[in-house]
Amino acid sequence: MARPVRDPGLQPERTRLAWRRTTLASTVAAVLAVKAALHGGVSVSGIVACALCCGLWLAFLLLAHRRIHALSATAVPAALSPRHATAAVLCAVATAVCAVALVVV
Amino acid sequence: MIEFVRNVRLWFAPEQVREEGRTPDYRFSLANERTFLAWLRTALALIGGGFAVDQFLPDLRWGWRVGLALALLAAGVLCSLRAVNHWMRCERAMRRGEDLPASRFPALLGVLVAVVALAMAVVVLVGWEG
Repeated sequence: MARPVRDPGLQPERTRLAWRRTTLASTVAAVLAVKAALHGGVSVSGIVACALCCGLWLAFLLLAHRRIHALSATAVPAALSPRHATAAVLCAVATAVCAVALVVV
Repeated sequence: MIEFVRNVRLWFAPEQVREEGRTPDYRFSLANERTFLAWLRTALALIGGGFAVDQFLPDLRWGWRVGLALALLAAGVLCSLRAVNHWMRCERAMRRGEDLPASRFPALLGVLVAVVALAMAVVVLVGWEG
């Protein structure tokens, strides 16, 4: 079976690693969020914020996983869709909103 | 501002973007995607910094601590929204064969980070006892 021609610039691989790095950054933010939420005893609002941040982290993980899958599926991957990009950004924005709630309260 | 609102509608309408111009070389799109992800990481780092200020400077006066944390978090939100907006503008410019959009945002973010860093230095040196 003939293998598809590899891109000499390794663009899909680099993009895949960029998604991995971004997932790592979102993991750090999620860990800090959980630490902030459970700081100074367990409360209802703390647990809700904690669950929200974990859910957002999982959502981002899923988005990254889907994109990585799409990148490796074909030799010439399709461009990122605006909805996908917006969803990833909204995860970050929602985490920041949780952070504001945790910092102010 | 009005253009920003028009762009927001495009974030959710991929069909409309694909109607314009010609599909560029996929490598250019991937490079644009990596730039977008780099900005998203910057935004996540700013959000993480907001959490960190709140968590790891507990001796600070409440106003300073919350003010610095909120400044970093606001910068994170701004940075991530701008990331998707700029990605979209670049994608459209590439499809139409136009020049890539210029942006003042990197300079603004640089100045903001410098101001927050200076504020931190002042707070740590002078206002430690709350």
